[in-house]
Amino acid sequence: MGHTDSLEALSVNVAKRTFDAVIVGAGGAGLRAALQLSEAGLKTAVLTKVFPTRSHTVAAQGGVAASLGNSTEDHWHWHMYDTVKGSDWLGDQDSIEFMVRKANEVVIELEHYGMPFDRTDAGKIYQRPFGGHSMNYGKAPVMRSCAAADRTGHAMLHALYQRNVRAHTQFFVEWMALDLIRDAAGNVLGVTALELETGEVSIFHAKATVFATGGAGRIFYSSTNAFTNTGDGLGMAARAGIPLEDMEFWQFHPTGVAGAGVLITEGVRGEGGILRNSGGERFMERYAPNLKDLASRDVVSRSMVTEINEGRGCGPHKDHLLLDITHLSPEVIMKRLPGIREISIRFAGVDPIKAPIPVVPTAHYQMGGIPTNFHGQVIVPKDGNLRTPVPGFYAAGECGCASVHGANRLGTNSLLDLLVFGKSAGESVVADFKSGDLSLKPLPADAAEFSLARLARLESQQEGYAVADTRLAMQRVMQKHAGVFRFNDLLKEGVAAILKVAEAAKSTIINDKSRVWNTARQDALELDNQIEVAKATMISAEARKESRGAHVRDDAPDTPEHPNGRDDQNWLKHTLWYSADNHLEYKPVQLKPMSDDVEPIALAKRTY
Amino acid sequence: MSKRTVQFKIYRYDPDKDEAPYMQDIEVELDPHDVKLLDALVKIKAKDDSLSFRRSCREGVCGSDAMNVNGTNALACLTDVDSLAQPIVLRPLPGLPVIRDLIVDMTQFFKQYHSIKPYLINDEPPPERERLQTPEEREELNGLYECILCACCSTACPSFWWNPDKFVGPSGLLNAYRFIADTRDRATNERLDNLEDPYRLFRCHTIMSCVHVCPKSLNPTRAIGKIKDLMVRRAV
Repeated sequence: MGHTDSLEALSVNVAKRTFDAVIVGAGGAGLRAALQLSEAGLKTAVLTKVFPTRSHTVAAQGGVAASLGNSTEDHWHWHMYDTVKGSDWLGDQDSIEFMVRKANEVVIELEHYGMPFDRTDAGKIYQRPFGGHSMNYGKAPVMRSCAAADRTGHAMLHALYQRNVRAHTQFFVEWMALDLIRDAAGNVLGVTALELETGEVSIFHAKATVFATGGAGRIFYSSTNAFTNTGDGLGMAARAGIPLEDMEFWQFHPTGVAGAGVLITEGVRGEGGILRNSGGERFMERYAPNLKDLASRDVVSRSMVTEINEGRGCGPHKDHLLLDITHLSPEVIMKRLPGIREISIRFAGVDPIKAPIPVVPTAHYQMGGIPTNFHGQVIVPKDGNLRTPVPGFYAAGECGCASVHGANRLGTNSLLDLLVFGKSAGESVVADFKSGDLSLKPLPADAAEFSLARLARLESQQEGYAVADTRLAMQRVMQKHAGVFRFNDLLKEGVAAILKVAEAAKSTIINDKSRVWNTARQDALELDNQIEVAKATMISAEARKESRGAHVRDDAPDTPEHPNGRDDQNWLKHTLWYSADNHLEYKPVQLKPMSDDVEPIALAKRTY
Repeated sequence: MSKRTVQFKIYRYDPDKDEAPYMQDIEVELDPHDVKLLDALVKIKAKDDSLSFRRSCREGVCGSDAMNVNGTNALACLTDVDSLAQPIVLRPLPGLPVIRDLIVDMTQFFKQYHSIKPYLINDEPPPERERLQTPEEREELNGLYECILCACCSTACPSFWWNPDKFVGPSGLLNAYRFIADTRDRATNERLDNLEDPYRLFRCHTIMSCVHVCPKSLNPTRAIGKIKDLMVRRAV
């Protein structure tokens, strides 16, 4: 290898920083975990690619679920039922019970931190209806989504950052984590990271490492996600031998702005918005007679694509549908949906007070991720135990898979997930720290070698593929082969196609060789992570021969034997994908709730 | 919209190889779906990967891609490229040190934000449930809490250019008032003390550039006026 000399020279210069804990990512989950650690007095480093308030939690709109019951009667058990049903029974019922029972506590905490929730006339937190959330086990919509206008994520992320400023959390802003460091026994010892401004690599050596790196929606061509959502935590974990769970399940949000992909919250339908086809028909009445436009997201997205496929799409190309709120009063729109009006005017050229918004299902959220239990500990199969914690490693938020969303996430459960599991991961670190379970294990001599080799490869690569072209090729494959509906032949072709792109990605070239704020290098490093996620998705999806939640395939149709195409006998199990050889393993779903006195939600056909 | 060619003049500086900054002429062909200035920058970067700028959400809520566009601070993701006179002149936000190309060092900006104690202060033991607030009291926070910390306003403010170390600047002051206006906050006096200084608050000369450039249509000048009012009322 021609670059060995320079690599060794670099290696000597790698700075080592030591902490009790390192948190990677400063979105909602990372900031919530950081509070736990800072307030417990642990020496904590929070690494983030972007200034914390620029993390993608900022773009969440509609609300966070909690059965506060401020406007309608509500109960955590109804929330549990809705979440299990929404997950198409793939969610782990112990984690789901844990999450819904913690919801009130973490939302009230946020209010105490200063989050500017909207208010009811009684002065309590305002709650609105949301898709898939019901009272009395599916009987009628419930007002469960706690909202700050249609800027809930923004209000939440800023409140969490502000609370961290108060707690003196130590941030490393605009640092990109590169690789997970493990020793021969598999213990996690921290990460390597690149300071964007200087281009220098450091080792963050810690007793505990918490991943809160968010999602990877940018593996698709059309996505509601930010550019920065490149699945860095998933890539790092996969390269370090940690399997990724249930990656075939991607949520396509029903209402991305047609063309631009920008999110229009489901809260629009919560406030009374209606989806219409080219005939002006409220078509969701046909697909979900009970909850109609507020059915679960996977159901609404499939209904929309069916309308388009059957020729009832809108516009000159009949390629989108219309989200109509012209029947709502301008006052309600200005008060409850001001951000949506702004987005609609700016990105669709339409004032929703006067005309409906053109929308289309758009890639939005990954239900799968790094496998964890509800304590936020990363768990892997080891020595016959399918749920063995990896010492020193925790994950929370969209990058983690507890698994509360199973095969389909309900709207507002993502902000709840990042609060509950951000906090529980933080609490687990503090508890493990105090019990003496965590110690600073010695770094292997080659701790930074893998990252340095990746950088050296980019530095010296003369021939190969441009990063932008390779990324686009990946996005087109994912869009075509792993979309809202899935087809056996397209899935098979998709696996071959993505493996080909993955091969090309091994020889990406960058022209920019500067040390200072090299975004070309950053793009290439992010692409490595995206490729891991894309492979996991295609391979897991091709293998799952049933329809469940967001994964619906043509060769697993709705039959009396398999309602909705779901095959519980063979496929009521979680997928685990390993990067090293692309092999798959499976593990059972936790059908038993956390508490002995809570009844499991029994398997049933999912209808809305 | 159709395919069209657009002319740019972009500020370039890479401290690793350039002795001094320069303006680069760039021409780019845009596709029909390239609508925003950010779309054009992404297209340029696909051809020349050395062009450096921050961006993330691409929908105007994360505050990453603020820059100076034809002389006015704006978010690239919210600016229609066809609305701009050509050549479109792009420079980094004024008044802050340039790190590279369109990327500025925002340390001073955030230092001022942090100086106003940007968090709710209320040491009373919290109730079991939410602290109550009427819808009218909550409405007082509208036009304040939506700030995205993009720095368009502060870096358009001549007073901030002169004294970035001493004058809090429009963004920081807007955020200071966000907490003063919150009925749940108990530190109004402490917050006013923190600003009672010839520079921190009173360097605002109501030039109102901040209002003109804010991509979220917020009004820092009005918030600053309200803080000044409270200070006067406190004195008499």
